[in-house]
Amino acid sequence: MSLIATLARLEAVSTGRARPAATVRHRRLSDRPLVFVPLTTAGEAGAPLGALAGTDRDAPRLLVVPQPRDRDLRFAFLAELSDVVLPYVDSYAESVEAAERTETDPETGKRVKVEVELCADAPQLIVPSHAGVEFVRLLGRSMRFRRTVEQDPEAPYPAPPRVPLLGRWLTHFGERARVPGSSLLLAMTELLARHWATGQSGLEDQHLGALLAWIDPPAGETGAEAALRAELAREEGQLVCPPAGPATDPAFDNKLLAPAIERYDRARTALAAAEDGLQADDRLGELTAAERQIHDLVLSRTLPTWEKVWAGIDLLRALPEGAHVEERWTRDRWSFTGHRDRVLAGEPPQPRRDDAVTAANKLATREREQARLEAQEALDDPLVMAGRRLAGEAFAGEVVDVVMAYSEGKRPSPRPLVTVRTDDRPHLGERAKVYRSLGGKPQSAEFAGYEGEGLVVLRILDKMGRGKEPEAGSVPETGDRLCFTLFEHEQRGGAKLPDPEETPWTHGGPPGEAAPETPDTVTEEDVL
Amino acid sequence: MTAPAFDPGTAATRATDAILHDTLYGTHRGVVVDSPPGAGKSTLVVRAALELADAGRPLMVVAQTNAQVDDLVLRLAEKNPELPVGRLHSSDADPYDTALDDLPQVRKSAKAADLTGLPVVISTAAKWAHVTVDEPWRHAIVDEAYQMRSDSLLAVAGLFERALFVGDPGQLDPFAIVGSEQWAGLSYDPSASAVTTLLAHNPDLPQHRLPVSWRLPASAAPLVSDAFYPYTPFRSGTDHGDRRLTFAVPSDGSGPDRVIDEAASSGWGLLELPARHTPRTDPEAVRAVATVVRRLLDRGGAAVSERSPDPAPLTADRIAVGTAHRDQAAAVRSALAELGAADVTVDTANRLQGREYDVTVVLHPLSGRPDATAFHLETGRLCVLASRHRQACIMICRAGVTDLLDDYPSTEPVQLGTVVKFPDGWEANHTVLAHLAEHRVSLRP
Repeated sequence: MSLIATLARLEAVSTGRARPAATVRHRRLSDRPLVFVPLTTAGEAGAPLGALAGTDRDAPRLLVVPQPRDRDLRFAFLAELSDVVLPYVDSYAESVEAAERTETDPETGKRVKVEVELCADAPQLIVPSHAGVEFVRLLGRSMRFRRTVEQDPEAPYPAPPRVPLLGRWLTHFGERARVPGSSLLLAMTELLARHWATGQSGLEDQHLGALLAWIDPPAGETGAEAALRAELAREEGQLVCPPAGPATDPAFDNKLLAPAIERYDRARTALAAAEDGLQADDRLGELTAAERQIHDLVLSRTLPTWEKVWAGIDLLRALPEGAHVEERWTRDRWSFTGHRDRVLAGEPPQPRRDDAVTAANKLATREREQARLEAQEALDDPLVMAGRRLAGEAFAGEVVDVVMAYSEGKRPSPRPLVTVRTDDRPHLGERAKVYRSLGGKPQSAEFAGYEGEGLVVLRILDKMGRGKEPEAGSVPETGDRLCFTLFEHEQRGGAKLPDPEETPWTHGGPPGEAAPETPDTVTEEDVL
Repeated sequence: MTAPAFDPGTAATRATDAILHDTLYGTHRGVVVDSPPGAGKSTLVVRAALELADAGRPLMVVAQTNAQVDDLVLRLAEKNPELPVGRLHSSDADPYDTALDDLPQVRKSAKAADLTGLPVVISTAAKWAHVTVDEPWRHAIVDEAYQMRSDSLLAVAGLFERALFVGDPGQLDPFAIVGSEQWAGLSYDPSASAVTTLLAHNPDLPQHRLPVSWRLPASAAPLVSDAFYPYTPFRSGTDHGDRRLTFAVPSDGSGPDRVIDEAASSGWGLLELPARHTPRTDPEAVRAVATVVRRLLDRGGAAVSERSPDPAPLTADRIAVGTAHRDQAAAVRSALAELGAADVTVDTANRLQGREYDVTVVLHPLSGRPDATAFHLETGRLCVLASRHRQACIMICRAGVTDLLDDYPSTEPVQLGTVVKFPDGWEANHTVLAHLAEHRVSLRP
């Protein structure tokens, strides 16, 4: 944890309220996000119990699996979920704008500009917590290799038509969420913890109720008190603020859910054993009532979380968007458009495991995005920059002297020496490079030495034009207040890796002919 | 019955000969050499390069940092001033050591095409990754291969047919700045070390080990070997008494002076400050580090070793300070500047890898910490810090680290399919601390 984060947490403890950790919003919030609050069944990975989903905070759609072990009911749930998610995703796929992309021409091997479509906006999924992101990934993984009847008439347990497609999209959302700074799939706890520092630990910040209690405590209560209540308060043995899921509270599972599911199972067995129409009608009534009860239980555990997610959205919308957020969102749009095109082109679902080249490319992209995100957040937000300054990675101050100087050589170029007075204590090594933002572009300078306590002398190196005299406005002037960073503002692209077909011997050679992925084999557990 | 006498020189020569034989005449595409600290890895690389060049095989050398590349070029030039060498460098400002400009046989360029035809071309892995060739090099040497990431090898492996991979498995593993759990357990996990991936796909490659550390004194080799290389032990090339550290100025009885004397006589010293939770840049510990360095310089140290029978003065360039974090290094630097000892090297473990000094002063990675994270427990970090010295190593540490270790057993999630590294940092830390406890001097600031 950085020093400024520690200080903010200490302040939060002493004031009883979360402290801002950012002055602008560092992630895109869509005008119409799809909020998804899933619940899972204890003891069985990837068995959904129910969910609230939708784009309208006043009209969430409740989806419930009354018997989570029943594969047919689970498929029905997933089919219903695809009715919510896929039309939402599709609504962004149609509106496009023209864009350019550099591609390698397969014939000449040269880099050429190609006209392509770029979706004008992209969908956004918001889940309550990081565990929700993992659950989205797990659902995607469990669905994308399923076969529908059209794909495989022999499939023993065919999936409803659009379920594999939903699996591919959820996989894409889950994978994109691993890219630092991306906003296609967001966890509300992570969003809030990025923008506010609470007086509790990072682990406790994963509890949405407690986190919101710190940020926006009820009148007359401190954040600590409200957070404790959110975590522990119970009425009739049940948590007042149910966990944001997907896991449920064991007390709820044991005392309320298990009896309700048993009642449902009994009603179903009884209905199947009904001997005549009259009896069946009666027993159907009981089954419906049992199902109703489970619906109410699921709603009672998801609705509080649903409301909290929207409350979090309200809090975040009050912050102005950071200057570089749009640029990062554009990359999300490229990612969305790319996957849309792969689906349209009939490409197979994402493989189970990345090959060596794909894995290396993904890691390189994410490292680049991480470095870019850290730089952009600091440039967009004085509070974040203050943290970097406190860590010795940046310094701000006033220009007190500018002396014109020139480089040696045949064509001398301007290398003005700028003295900056600063109270910060940057970790400047000999000839360390520093950067400042000049019209949105980084101008680099080199540390030339100290002229006294707090007086840093810098030699400006570039962005001064081609002439002997620097262009107007390109050299700092006495009295300017500037902020220099020791980190670079922009990231260089990495080296090009070989194509997967040319994977070298050190990495196992080419992956070979891609075999179509088979669905997971059916095990005994699948047909309990 | 007496055990046959171990002659370090013979053992080392035998290992080197076997390595060179496999490299020059072996049938495998790769040869892996594990080298403990100071076992003559660079010497081996230079020798292999010269022999491959003699055999007329075009050679590319991949190192990890520009400093390592420049160092190799200089060593090659020292051994064979006739051999034309290509130094492929980046197009940044000051891309290479200006000492290379004095060597007429070294051709420097930012373009690989300018260097074609030279018997040896050397560059960093990052630069090689941008090179494309029609005809791959017959041979490559990959230096510091355990510090190279698998994805970085992926980018350059297409450039050569066969390669000699040399490195120290005990030093710091490469790292990624983002999570890479998603690929844990895959043979080609891009965040793993290049050697891990190489051996996972080519398990029958010959693996050699250099058995003798020429750097570490007889007082240090057994501890470093036990703590960090429990299954691949090595020996010191010198014996007790071959090296000696003496001081002209006697001790003034202070903590720093007493720990210096302890380290001079036994090879190790632990200067222990009272237990306390502190920020990373613990001002008292930083001051203690700076004071020890200042006293090392002031007391007119002289080092006797097998290299020079006459005592060599212990000057600022023969001392280094190692820390875990960059802000700690910065704090120590400014403390040293105040004491007029600014020319002593102060760096983090990552940057001290591969370097060698007479005396090192180390700020213990766990000193003053309330918790023991995976970063601070990493075996390689302590191994690097505890194995840079030819004479003595002095650790500065807050008391209570053993309790901290007991409070924080390793709890990293277990990933299926990954090779568990032994020893873990927890155990290695305990081994080192147990040994250091015998050389403890308490300091009450």
